[in-house]
Amino acid sequence: MPVSDETPVDLAPVLESFPSLEVEKGTGALITQPALVLEVVQFLRDDPRYRLDYLSNVTGIDYLATVRKEKRVNEEGKTEIVKIDEPPRMDVVYHFYSMSEKRGLVTLKQRITDRDRPVATSLMPLFRSAEFQEREVYDLFGIDFQGHLDLRRLLMWEEFEDFPMRRDYVEPDDYEYEPTPHGEVLEKAKTHAGLGEGGSEE
Amino acid sequence: MTMESSVVAGSEPTVEPRGFELIEREGLETNLLEVSMGPHHPSTHGVFRMDVKLDGETVTELRPVFGYLHRNHEKLAEDMGYLGSMPFTDRLDYFCSMTNNWAYALAGEKMIDLEVPERAEYVRVIMAELTRLVNHIMLVGFFVNDLGALGTPLLYALREREKILDLFEWASGARMMCNYMRFGGLRNDLPEGWLTKCREVVDAFPYFLDEYEKLLVENEIILVRTQNVGVLKPELAINAGITGPMLRASGVNYDLRKVDAYGVYDRFPFRVPMGEVGDCYDRFMVRILEMRESIKILRQAMDELPEGPIMGEAPRVFKPPAGEIYGRIEGPKGELGFYLVSDGTAKPYRYRVRPPSLVNLTVLEDLCLGHKVADAVVILGSVDIVLGEVDR
Amino acid sequence: MEDPSKSTTSEAHTLSDSVDLDDATRSEMEKAGVIVSSVDWLYNWARSGSVWPLQFGLACCAIEMICSAGSRYDIARFGSEVFRPSPRQADLLIVSGTVTKKMAPQVVRIFNQMPEPKYVIAMGACAISGGPFKQGYNVLKGIDRYIPVDVYIPGCPPRPEAVLHSLMTLQKGIRRQRTLGKGSNNPAYVEGNREYPVPSFSGKDLDPPYNPEVWQPPEKRPNMPEDGCP
Repeated sequence: MPVSDETPVDLAPVLESFPSLEVEKGTGALITQPALVLEVVQFLRDDPRYRLDYLSNVTGIDYLATVRKEKRVNEEGKTEIVKIDEPPRMDVVYHFYSMSEKRGLVTLKQRITDRDRPVATSLMPLFRSAEFQEREVYDLFGIDFQGHLDLRRLLMWEEFEDFPMRRDYVEPDDYEYEPTPHGEVLEKAKTHAGLGEGGSEE
Repeated sequence: MTMESSVVAGSEPTVEPRGFELIEREGLETNLLEVSMGPHHPSTHGVFRMDVKLDGETVTELRPVFGYLHRNHEKLAEDMGYLGSMPFTDRLDYFCSMTNNWAYALAGEKMIDLEVPERAEYVRVIMAELTRLVNHIMLVGFFVNDLGALGTPLLYALREREKILDLFEWASGARMMCNYMRFGGLRNDLPEGWLTKCREVVDAFPYFLDEYEKLLVENEIILVRTQNVGVLKPELAINAGITGPMLRASGVNYDLRKVDAYGVYDRFPFRVPMGEVGDCYDRFMVRILEMRESIKILRQAMDELPEGPIMGEAPRVFKPPAGEIYGRIEGPKGELGFYLVSDGTAKPYRYRVRPPSLVNLTVLEDLCLGHKVADAVVILGSVDIVLGEVDR
Repeated sequence: MEDPSKSTTSEAHTLSDSVDLDDATRSEMEKAGVIVSSVDWLYNWARSGSVWPLQFGLACCAIEMICSAGSRYDIARFGSEVFRPSPRQADLLIVSGTVTKKMAPQVVRIFNQMPEPKYVIAMGACAISGGPFKQGYNVLKGIDRYIPVDVYIPGCPPRPEAVLHSLMTLQKGIRRQRTLGKGSNNPAYVEGNREYPVPSFSGKDLDPPYNPEVWQPPEKRPNMPEDGCP
């Protein structure tokens, strides 16, 4: 494996200062509520133990309600499969590095539990690099960033109503029939009863 | 629609929002002029739009408008297997398909802890540095084109680019959309005689650079038009997430080839060129100097290229365990990152490209304010954007 | 049985019919020192040799279009090196790359702004049908849904040689056009300046999703199996 100059970051000090933070299992990401995120990020940016002065990447993830199956060992020592209901949620993911100290990656996630009206806190007051990337998340996921100074659609046009990167987005039906070996396209073509008269507008 | 002006982090807005109020000046009543540059404009390097407000010829407000090449790369990737997205990465930054391939392959390899054979790593370095040459030479061509030197420097750049594209075509089968790298290695080995030809091209390149520098670097018009134009301070550059040559032109030493030392970059001694002022001239010169360093790396990589397999023990179906990964490389334009979230199936749950071009445009307004509208064109040229990557 | 083509020629012998003089006869006569020409022939010869494309790049294909103007491929050999930035001065719109829905109104507007006679080349898979990005929510599935296309270049992206070939194909087409006389088949002179309605943005898609004057969704062929593989 390549040698890296980036030193990994010890998360203990920030967890000590903010006891409500959680560390996600498996990924090691910090999970925070939107109300707390500005304080946490300011701490990460200004504390000499971190100095994470470079916000690299901002993005969103949409999770629909699912049922997750997990193997657990119960009290009798047997493994059993437990079904856990996962409520719908949205995450805004931030990736931080330190340019001055050459420190490695800290992933921070704002967890939004209300998927119907997602509201997050903008990091634009602290990091300019969040400006366009948060606008993109607003555009594609419909997450409202409180404190963003210029929250408009970034990629789609202003009149556009949907949020296309959400998992339940239904795209406009502008397919035409074409001979193809792809099953999905054929399924779509079958639904086009009125081909040739009006096309995609239903 | 509110037209709030953007701010530097933690400070007051840099410009007061201005409507169409009249400005009193020496008895003349003047109005602010609103100009929409683009999406079809010869200087915007594609389908990019800038909504500019001008006081006379001076830029008082500039709003970039994106999305004219939004091709839904991320949404499409969620619907196909991991490897299926590899040819789509070619079309992100269409000058640099090889580095895009590498960034994506790197993220995938991190996900399943895949070892890449030595020879493949060396070939990747060779391809990436050739790509850097292509990108920087085209950037310089277009940049000088924006300054008004229509044709000649760009034609020289195109001529040199063709030689490198021939190498790409020979190795991968395609001129631009190479689709050459795979998770765990490369699609195919270098053809016989490729190295000899590559050596010829690389050996001839410094002579071309000498000629090019002689033509451009001390040209009076270029000096006047680019020096002290669009100065980017290092504090703002770091805060705004600027990466790549643009960051280093502002005097911040941050090159992922040194910092992350991904691949086998720790074996090559090379210098990181940096600017002092952070103006357009520095950005232009940093690229020229970077090409010289790339040639150094190329020579060494070709000398040390080991024999051996080109493909690691990659699984037939790429099906990473549930989890997430952020992999990044130093692309010719800056930090190109891929953020992959897996739910344990053969398709990514979330696939995100961290586009250097888009983030580098964050400071475009700050750079252009107070300059003439003709300088805005030059500043945009020095940022080095490719719309396929900005909009994805 | 009477040849139908003969009857039409005898019906009206207009000036434009002299275009029908086949190339072999023409070159034979030229060898003998006789230059036979018509206004149409001369006019088409001149304008096919100086097609001015619009300097209009959309995506990846634009780079290959620029390459074809470079010194190796040199589109100047075919009289088309003058890339004009303004649509008012251009004859040829090369739609070079993916047309997104956000961009489609602008492309139609640019086509409308070009003066007649004007031609369109759809360059690359994306401009033809959406190409690899066809399933995208913001990708127009072919520019021919809104404006008429004269030449299609397949490829992703097409090589510069293909761009040159498309230009030569267009030139052949231009030379076949008739302007004067009854049998005029040059739409520029028959219909006046062609302008097509510019689609507007709506909440989900472009409105209208295609221009029915220019394009209709293909009919499903009756005897074709579902997957298209006989």
